[in-house]
Amino acid sequence: MKDAMEQVASRDAGSAAEFDIRQYVRLDQMPHFLCPGCGHGIALRALLWAIHDLGLDKDKLAVVSGIGCSGRLSAYVDANSFHTTHGRPLAFATGLALARPDLHVIVITGDGDSLAIGGNHLIHACRRNLNMTCMMLNNEVYGMTGGQVSPTTSAGRLTTTTPAGNSEPVFDACALAAGAGATFVGREVTMQIVALRNLLRDAITHDGFSFVEVMSDCTEIFGRKNDLGSSPEMILSQKSAMRPFAYRNTVDEPFRPNTMPTGVLARHERAEYGAAYREMCARRQDKGAK
Amino acid sequence: MNAPANIETRQLLNGNHAVAWGVRLAKPDVTPVYPITPQTPILEKLIEFQSEGKFAAELLTPESEHSAMAACIAASATGARVFTATSSQGLLLMHELLHFAAGARAPIVMFNVNRTPASPWGFWPDQIDSLSQRDTGWVQLYSESPQDSLDTVIQAFRIAEGSMLPVMINHDAFYVSHSVEPVSVPAPGLIDEFLPRVERPMQLDTGAGQSLGAPIGQASWNRTRREMAAAMETVPGLTEAAASGWRAMTGRGGGVLEAYRMTGAEVVVLTMGSMAGTARDAVDRLRDEGIAAGLLKLRLFRPFPADELRAALAGVPCTIVLDRNYSPGMGGVLHQEAKAALYGTVGAPRMHGLLAGVGGVNVDVATIARLVRDYRNADPSPDAVWVE
Repeated sequence: MKDAMEQVASRDAGSAAEFDIRQYVRLDQMPHFLCPGCGHGIALRALLWAIHDLGLDKDKLAVVSGIGCSGRLSAYVDANSFHTTHGRPLAFATGLALARPDLHVIVITGDGDSLAIGGNHLIHACRRNLNMTCMMLNNEVYGMTGGQVSPTTSAGRLTTTTPAGNSEPVFDACALAAGAGATFVGREVTMQIVALRNLLRDAITHDGFSFVEVMSDCTEIFGRKNDLGSSPEMILSQKSAMRPFAYRNTVDEPFRPNTMPTGVLARHERAEYGAAYREMCARRQDKGAK
Repeated sequence: MNAPANIETRQLLNGNHAVAWGVRLAKPDVTPVYPITPQTPILEKLIEFQSEGKFAAELLTPESEHSAMAACIAASATGARVFTATSSQGLLLMHELLHFAAGARAPIVMFNVNRTPASPWGFWPDQIDSLSQRDTGWVQLYSESPQDSLDTVIQAFRIAEGSMLPVMINHDAFYVSHSVEPVSVPAPGLIDEFLPRVERPMQLDTGAGQSLGAPIGQASWNRTRREMAAAMETVPGLTEAAASGWRAMTGRGGGVLEAYRMTGAEVVVLTMGSMAGTARDAVDRLRDEGIAAGLLKLRLFRPFPADELRAALAGVPCTIVLDRNYSPGMGGVLHQEAKAALYGTVGAPRMHGLLAGVGGVNVDVATIARLVRDYRNADPSPDAVWVE
């Protein structure tokens, strides 16, 4: 038991000592444009930490993003990066992954980007199961344009376009991804950066399309508008709302009554589309040669 | 002539908030809008008005601009008065439905904030987003200032509902959209009178059981475009009528073309949008130097007012077109259009097409004055020239 605990501890500690984020970001792009207290920086750190742990070659890494606060993150990663149009990073990434199966394609997107204007691309990426990882930063709001309602804005929350409180129902992004056929689905909060790093490591090594929702916090715009306190308060309240999926049906339930499951929420094997497609092409070529 | 003070109030407004005030006074029934920089303040101001109980339109915030325009078309087809606003990428995403709206003869009024399209990303004033939509069947108007935007958005409903064509009004990102100036806001009663509700000939009506957009044969499709052409022909007249009604009420504003110091002008600057304001000062400076300069500000770009332009430039020896847009492989769009309108006419002026301000580069009074001095006696060139 003790050995197992130590193993877990050492895994969670990872290679923190060796991980130096400065090796993975474009220092000439600093200072970054994120607001003080924004959770996006923590998510980016967790992603880069996972990339470091996996020993990925930066020249084989392609980071694709869309529009919104999340969209700017691709420019900060010292890798091949592509800042695409609003809602379309998964569509761009599909072309990239098909043309260059040797690349690790990582898409950084937001709730507005991937669930509103780009919702169509998300469900088809889940269905198709091309080898790529989609990290969606959910901060419940369109932050870049100044705080309008998004498809994940909680009921009753104030935004500049819902001055009386949001009355539209929200998307559960992970349920949507799983329902659309994603073969790896997970969710984590930024407070749990080690768990988030581990989740992203698993997502990146997964063969097929992996979807990770990160509960981020928009302190300056959404938090201020809704009187949610400072960044640590927002992050702590996310943590208290989470319920690790692995704790399902355990005695812990009374102490974790809330409804935001975290961790790996769905994982199964299905043919990776790129490999299946190339195999089909090869079969047809063989047939033609005969 | 200035309007009596009791029918207008003066407010300090930026261009986008001036648009929102115009829309509030025009009282649309449905307003689907998707946020995008630098348009968003129009949407936010309308929502603020709505939450104060001052604006009764149904405000939708759909999942994209494409969905916003789809909602506009359907709402308009029921007979509702419809407004939307967008910018750059949003307008480009709507492209498919811009054709659809015009073909459906939906008199939607849309405000577009001119901004550079990606890639690369930029947020700068440049008119290529809307000019590249010139063949979609939308009427296009260009505004110079916050006051112009408020005035034009109200007049646009008259033009749209008079021609049954959708109307797009444009102003430059930031130079107009976010610049603050004192703006006269008419009293609501005035606008109700200026903009009466009109009976619409074609509506989605469950009683009538009509169908909209069904496939038709070649000859019928051809007829729809002939009908649109006939409607387009009415637009300059409708624009002039709306403008003269507006002038009678407020003492402000030009029609299809706005002429400034054109009497005896030997060199005329032709431009549109915020650059017209800068050019007006440049013309004053040149006149002080003894150069007989004048300005033509084009307000109505589609339909292109060829007759009005020919008349305004009759006898003028030299015209300098300033374009804040670039159509790769051809040059400035206003230059192309003006050349085409004047080609073959007797006594057409020498014309220079200058690409000034592409990508939002600032073009100040001194620059315009220098360009006029440099080009007024230069040999004419059919091609556009990049200038600093």
